[in-house]
Parts: sequence; C-alpha cells; structure tokens
Amino acid sequence: MTQKTTGNSRRAFLKGAALTGVSLAAGKASAATPDPLITEVQPWASGLGDGVDETPYGLPIQFESDVVRRNVEWLTADTISSINFTPIHALDGTITPQGCAFERHHSGAIELKKEDYRLMINGMVDRPLIFTYADLERFPRENHVYFCECAANTGMEWAGAQLNGAQFTHGMIHNMEYTGVPLRTLLEEAGYDTAGKWVYVEGADASSNGRSIPMEKALDDVLVAFKANGEALRKEHGYPVRLVVPGWEGNMWVKWIRRIEVSDAPVESREETSKYTDTLEDGTSRKWTWEMDAKSVVTSPSPQSPIMHGKGPLVITGLAWSGRGAITRVDVSKDGGKTWETARLAKPGEKMALTRFYLDTDWDGEEMMLQSRAMDDTGYVQPTKSQLREVRGLNSIYHNNCIQTWLVRSSGEAENVEVS
Amino acid sequence: MSKFLKVATALALISSPIAAETFGLGRAALPEEIAAWDKDVRPDGTGLPVGSGDVLTGEEVFADQCAVCHGDFAEGVGNWPKLAGGAGTLADDDPLKTVGSYWPYLSTTWDYVNRSMPFGNAQTLEPDEVYAIVAYILYSNDLVDDEFVLSNETFEDVVLPNHDGFIVDDRIETEHSKWIGEPCMENCKEDVKVTMRAMVLDVTPDEGGDDATSAEPEAVEETEVVEEAKGEEIAAEEVVAIDPELVAAGEKVFKKCKACHQVGEGAKNKTGPILNGIVGKAAGSVEGFKYSKALVAKADEGLVWTDETLAEFLAKPKSYIKGTKMSFAGLRKEKDLAAITAYLASLGN
Repeated sequence: MTQKTTGNSRRAFLKGAALTGVSLAAGKASAATPDPLITEVQPWASGLGDGVDETPYGLPIQFESDVVRRNVEWLTADTISSINFTPIHALDGTITPQGCAFERHHSGAIELKKEDYRLMINGMVDRPLIFTYADLERFPRENHVYFCECAANTGMEWAGAQLNGAQFTHGMIHNMEYTGVPLRTLLEEAGYDTAGKWVYVEGADASSNGRSIPMEKALDDVLVAFKANGEALRKEHGYPVRLVVPGWEGNMWVKWIRRIEVSDAPVESREETSKYTDTLEDGTSRKWTWEMDAKSVVTSPSPQSPIMHGKGPLVITGLAWSGRGAITRVDVSKDGGKTWETARLAKPGEKMALTRFYLDTDWDGEEMMLQSRAMDDTGYVQPTKSQLREVRGLNSIYHNNCIQTWLVRSSGEAENVEVS
Repeated sequence: MSKFLKVATALALISSPIAAETFGLGRAALPEEIAAWDKDVRPDGTGLPVGSGDVLTGEEVFADQCAVCHGDFAEGVGNWPKLAGGAGTLADDDPLKTVGSYWPYLSTTWDYVNRSMPFGNAQTLEPDEVYAIVAYILYSNDLVDDEFVLSNETFEDVVLPNHDGFIVDDRIETEHSKWIGEPCMENCKEDVKVTMRAMVLDVTPDEGGDDATSAEPEAVEETEVVEEAKGEEIAAEEVVAIDPELVAAGEKVFKKCKACHQVGEGAKNKTGPILNGIVGKAAGSVEGFKYSKALVAKADEGLVWTDETLAEFLAKPKSYIKGTKMSFAGLRKEKDLAAITAYLASLGN
C-alpha cells in the first residue's frame, strides 16, 4: 500500500511544501515561466475518463486517500472494543460522510440483515410488541441533522496537551442527517404506562451496551433511525437501525437497537455506572452526565492541516456544537486568549447539530496561538481548560469541552499546546 | 359531556395507558420472546435468576473464561480491564477503577458478565457460572471470604464499597451558573505562555497509509484479480481442494479466538501469537511471541501443528499442553474443530 503523507510531522510538512511547489515565504504569486499544466495538452484533456459503469458505488478519488478514520492504538486493548477518529481536519461544511465518520464498538461491528432485525418494546406497556424492519418503515418518519459526540472526545487532554491533531483531540464526533421514527410514536403504539419514568435501550451485539434514558427525553426528540445522509446506516454505525439521542453522549445512541423497556427505575448498567461517569477531584463521581456541553475547535489550520501558502489571505475554520441547543456565536483568538474576534457562522446554528465557522483573515506570517470559543442559546460560554479543572480536577475522563489551543509557527506548522 | 365521559377522561389522565393514535403495526411479543431478551438485572436484584455459585468454583470458571484478559487474580492483562484492587484510590492522581473500588452496584457486575462476557463468546455462561464468577471477583477484591456463596438470596447482602460514591449531574449549578454571559473580548490576559506541548510527549500515531483505501488504479486491480484466479486453479490441481463452506464455518468459530489472536495482513502478536500459516508450522515458532515454558518444551520435542495436533490441542488445550498460557477452555464440538482447522489451514503466511 502506498504511504501517504499528511503533514503531521515536520518532514512530511516540508515534503508537502516542496511537492506543491510553494514558497513558504511567498507574498503575491508571480510566474517566471509559463505553466506547462496550461501550455501543454495534458492526458486528461486529450484521452478519455472512466465510463458510467466503472464505479456503481463511488468512493473518494485516490488523491483523497489520506482522508480516513484513524485509530490511536495505545488507547485500547484491541481494535474490536475500541474507537477511531473522524478526519475533521480535512473536512468542511458540517455533514460527515458516513465512510469516514468515527466508530466506537464494544464488541465489534456486527452484520445484521434487515430480514433478521427485530425490535421489541416491553416492560410497563399495555401491549408488548415486536417490530420488523419493514414495520418501522410504515410509521410516519422525520428528518433531522444531529451531531453524535462520544463522551470521551478530548478525554486524553485532561492532564495536558497529548495528541497532535484535531482528528485525535476532537474527532470522536460526526454529524449526519437522520431519517427515522420518533421513539414517542413507538412508545405510543405499545401504550406506555405514564408511571414508567425510564426507558432502557439495548443493542443486538454481544456487548448489548444498554442505557437508561429518562422518559421525558424519550418522548421529546429521540429517533429510531434507519437512514443517515440519505442512505442506509453503515454497518459500523448500527445497520439496520440505531437510536439517535440528540445532544446526548454518543454511548446512548445504541446501535443495532433491539429492545426498549419501559420501567420505573434505571437499570444502572455497566455503561452508566463504571463507565461514562465523571470522577471529581475528591473521588466522588457524577453520574447521568448526558448532555454534551457547548464546544468548538479550529479544524484548520491545525497540526494535520498546516498553512502551506505563507502569509496573506488565510481562512481559519472550525466546528462548534452544543448538546443543549443551538450555537449562537463563535469567537476566535490568535493570541492565546488575550483578544478575540467574532467569527462568521456559515449558517445560523441549528439545535444539537454542528455549526461551521470561518474567520477570513490576513496572516502576517507571525506565530499564532489559535483558539475558538463557542456560545450557545442558553448563554453558556465554552470554558478554558483551567476553568474546567478548577471544578473537576484531572480525572473526569469524559465531557472535556475546553478551549483548544493550536500553536501555529511562522513556518505554518501547527502544534497542540496548552497555554497559561 | 356526560358524567360517564368526564370520569373516563379523568381516569385517562391519571392512569395508563396513554390514549394516542396507534397504527396497528407490529405484533404481540410472546412471553418466551420477552424472557429470552429481557435479562437486565436491577440494583435491587430484580431480574436475577435462581442460582448460586461459590468462590472456589468461581476461581476455576474465571481461570477458564476470564483470566486470559483479566488475569488469574482479576488484576488485568495488558490494557484489558483490571477487575480487582484500587481500594481508596479514587481521589488519587491516577485512580484505579475496579468492581471493588468503583462500581456502585453488584447487579451491574452480574448483569454485564451474564450478557456481555466472555468477550467474543457472550451469553454462553450458565447462571450458576455467573454467580460463581461474580463471587470470585468479590473475593479478589477482599470483599468476601473464600467460603462465600453468592446466590439470588445472598445477593442483597452485598453492598459494594463505592455504593454512595456518586452524585447526579450537577453541572447546571456548579458550572453553567459561572460560565454564562458576555465573554471578554480584549485585554483578557496580561501574558500568554506555552505551558505544555504535544510534540514533547510524542504519542500521536504515525499517519502512514495503514487505514488508507487502496489508491491503485482500477486496471491494475483487474490484472491482479486475473492472476489470482490463475493461481487458484493451479493450487486446486496440486492440493486437495479446501472446502469453502467449512472454511466459512471456521471463520465464525474463530470469533472465539479473535480476542487474543490476529490473522491476515498486518496481523500482530497480541495476547496470543499470529496464526497465519500455523498449519504445518513447528509449534512455538512465531517470531516475537513469548510462549509458555510448557509450549516451548513441547516444541523442543518436535511438535508440529497439523490438522490432527491442532484439533487435539483445541479440544482441550490445558490437557494437551499442561501449563499453556492459552486459557481457552476448548472446543467441544467435532464439527467446530474441523471447521477451525480448515479455516486456519486456509490462511496464508
């Protein structure tokens, strides 16, 4: 397999610069000799390309083969109960293509046919029911764009700057347009008991990954989804059916969902007691920390996406999101938080969905300490790492929504750092 | 509205079920079906089946089913979870979170072992085995003595040390109340210094093409396919044909082995050695893997892995090689043994 370089290391960075033929100190571009790409007839301008039968289902062109999910091997004992990361440093807009959207499995990505799929609703209901996949497609359905963020996103950064790349520090997130049936519709179909304050949801895979969700949320906006970005869910995201729990930690978005039980108390399963609980400095731990608080990150420039063009016009861009509502504003600082400028939102923020921001700027070629700071419609302002540490200490693991700093050098290279 | 209707409306508001539009979709779940899937266990023991298991039985079952990842004493192997120890460390710099030190409810342990373990072979344990394993985990954490018997009746007597160690999410009061309002835009700090750098730590994975999709042009791929097809024909003439169905069945059986053994391109030694080309290979010869003394001794005697020796080993690993590190209990079914050897034989080097 061909080795790809993406500018993570200094060597790769310099090689990339050489390949693109760009002088790092360049100001306004000028050409001494005519460009053969223009003056000479190129093969693609003369010969023929692929026919329409070439790729019945297309993948990105070969030149984009470094825009892929990546794993951090030392994080987990093996790759089956593990996680990988979305290449957010290389994407733009807000919708994450399924093929590079992060995966988290507890017992591996299983293959479950639609024909073999069953969904049970039981517990405190009038009519315990079994639905097939075909049954689900007969209920009125809805479309919504939501982000799904693992509670452990940025979890490796609690103790200090660790991983050098937005993909690794912030890539446990994706944002898709889901098609599905509101969970409320299915609960009503079964005739849920109003004394049932919780639903317990579990998956069909070996991990089962059960979670308890308060009935109020279940009736509000939870979706039983079977399509993402217009097509069937991918195997790794729970094909054929997964739960979508808007704004809440990804672990609750149970994949291959097979059972929904209405009950009067939470199960206190492994995933909601021993994991996905946040230990504070005094040793007590918070549980039921479901909402993902407002957060943002500059995706470019960033360690994997250095500035290759020298000083002059520069697009600083990134993503912002909040599990409690819509993003209303993102500020960007170039000096590590001394002064801030308000960035332009590509579109007004939408509830529990990624928002893209841009700061179109003129880079003077000097070192920058790039930060972004999100605000949501509750008025909440994304905190600094030290603000978070003051409340939580260093051992929370989960729900790290601190302001991230990239040190961008005059060469254009960027590094994950912490600042005072 | 008649008096009768008023009463009916009032009742509907108070009691279940919610009267809403229904679609008449789905079918009634049968009691057997609900029993097969509704297995979760609550902190008060709701959902526990009748059964029991003692610490000593648990030690044996644990050694067979769990120790390969969690260690003989539940101390954890490599990066796999530690289940014992860590008492009193939760406020330390690096807390050790185990069943004994962290988990608030015993029901969680029982439920998780019952439904999701062993890794790669979940939902195969009998209730008594689960009781025994959980009893052993309690023993490993010094929470019970070696004569303890865990059953659906003794279950509620056990209260885990960190039972009261949790609070319900209080971020709204402790965080949101502080971090709200118009943020600072200018002169927010006097001075800014870099205090820590990721490059110094150097734990970022190399971004080589490991995960990259193949960038080979289509035409080249086609040529390769043609060549492979030719190769297969030749192979088929030379050796006894491999039964693809048996190989496929073996691949499924291999799921039990996957937690420890890797195969295929890019395979690495994990808890167990790589198994590419294992059939026909001398025992103990995978480079870079540290074998048990027992296996090395067998290898010195000249053991070679053939269909027969592998089947014999995999039927009862601990009888075939006393002292092997492989704590897999063994395959009981003849057809599974035939399938797994066929699958292993189908793997190239």
